Amino acid sequence: MKLFWKTLIVATVLATASHAESLRMAVTTSFYNSGLSEILLPEIRADIGLDVELIVVGTGQALALGKSGDVDAILVHARAAEEAFLAAGYGTHRREIMYNDFVFVGPDDDPANLGRAETAVQALQSIARAGVVFVSRGDDSGTNKKEQSLWVEAGIEPEGVWYRAAGAGMGATLNVASGMNAYTVSDRASWLNFGNKGELVLLFAGDPALFNQYAYIPVSPTRWPHVKSDLAMQLENWLASDRAKELINGYTLNGEPLFTFNATQ
Amino acid sequence: MDSIGQGFWDAWGLIISLDPDLYEIIFLSLQVTVSAVIIASVIGLPMGAWLAVNRFWSRRYVIAVLNALMGLPPVVVGLFVYMLLSRAGPLGGFGLLFSPSAMIIAQVIIITPLIASISHQTIRDLWAEYHDLLISMNATRTQRITALLWDGKRALLTATLAGFGRAIGEVGAIMIVGGNIEHATRVLTTAIALETGKGNFAFAMGLGLVLIVLAVIINLLIHIIGKTERASTW
Repeated sequence: MKLFWKTLIVATVLATASHAESLRMAVTTSFYNSGLSEILLPEIRADIGLDVELIVVGTGQALALGKSGDVDAILVHARAAEEAFLAAGYGTHRREIMYNDFVFVGPDDDPANLGRAETAVQALQSIARAGVVFVSRGDDSGTNKKEQSLWVEAGIEPEGVWYRAAGAGMGATLNVASGMNAYTVSDRASWLNFGNKGELVLLFAGDPALFNQYAYIPVSPTRWPHVKSDLAMQLENWLASDRAKELINGYTLNGEPLFTFNATQ
Repeated sequence: MDSIGQGFWDAWGLIISLDPDLYEIIFLSLQVTVSAVIIASVIGLPMGAWLAVNRFWSRRYVIAVLNALMGLPPVVVGLFVYMLLSRAGPLGGFGLLFSPSAMIIAQVIIITPLIASISHQTIRDLWAEYHDLLISMNATRTQRITALLWDGKRALLTATLAGFGRAIGEVGAIMIVGGNIEHATRVLTTAIALETGKGNFAFAMGLGLVLIVLAVIINLLIHIIGKTERASTW
């Protein structure tokens, strides 16, 4: 057993030494599924020589990984939870990077008449009134938190057989919605990139309440001295740079732009 | 949705074009699982044999626990190893989380009870046969265990291969402790989960086919090396 542990430690030390400039960042599934990371990561490596290792999880888990010091930085989209994270001293600061928006998707024939809704709250109310199946992420992610806050605003306690909490990531939830031909809320990027749409179509979007801000938070080196805060700072500077602005604003899928850069420079 | 055939075709295209990303995840899958199987066999096989030749009051309880642990949910193991290796956990100082080592540790915990349990069953039967002989030769406990493990080696291969089967197809634990990081901890099963999440069902199926073919090749190789399951031998 001793030899085993020694081998493990030596192997790990060697593995870490071979790519010294690497940084671990927890990101949300919605960001990853958009495909933007595949554009940004190679550029980051080319520009500042930094290897960003992504841990793709929901916002709830991303914040938990930051709290326990298992990642160097996080990129998430749930403002209230981010502020609580900062208030508890787990992160150094919060930097807004970019935004996209949430959309309502549902069956092509639209039994709840979402096409006629004017606000996101109205859209939810018509889904609840029609009693048509709605699939929720149900995983404490940023998308889930946004959906929950909209239900509160709509004055509806979502309960009953029509409300299904999938307890899964965005892709898996879209798969469930597609399989059940049900309504759901998705971020625009994941929706556009999703390969199993079936009979689902985009039914409602554009309400400012569906604004989806992504923010970057370096994990506090005061709390976790091992975090690579210098590299986290370098990454932040890059993410807020003109180069990043050009790449983020220029990223399109099926001709549609997905994200809008809004970091203060 | 594209057809299953299309997915297999895409996967096949990646295989024959020697796609570096695909080979990287295949190699890592093998590296992690083979390491885990070797470590778990080194622990599990002698443990099973030891349990077979020794009689002590809590023996049946130990065996019951071992058998029950064969059904350990991988997600629970993953969570346990995560909490152990997390910076906030007791072994956090080693910084092993999100590395192949963490994935190996989780798999060892998952498959050791399986290997030990099958090994125990096999050795117990063999021990019944060899008991008088080994006792009359006045063999020490270590000699008995060694002799039994050696003579039962073909049957024990089944224990090892069962461990391999469970480990290579495992996703719940290694997703949590490995993090599915591209070029670092992404293996076949986590890649399949990822592609399923993206709705790329056909491609995920294609990767599943690669996984099965890989497992068949490994099993065949072991039979060839071990000279078992040939037409002329029983």
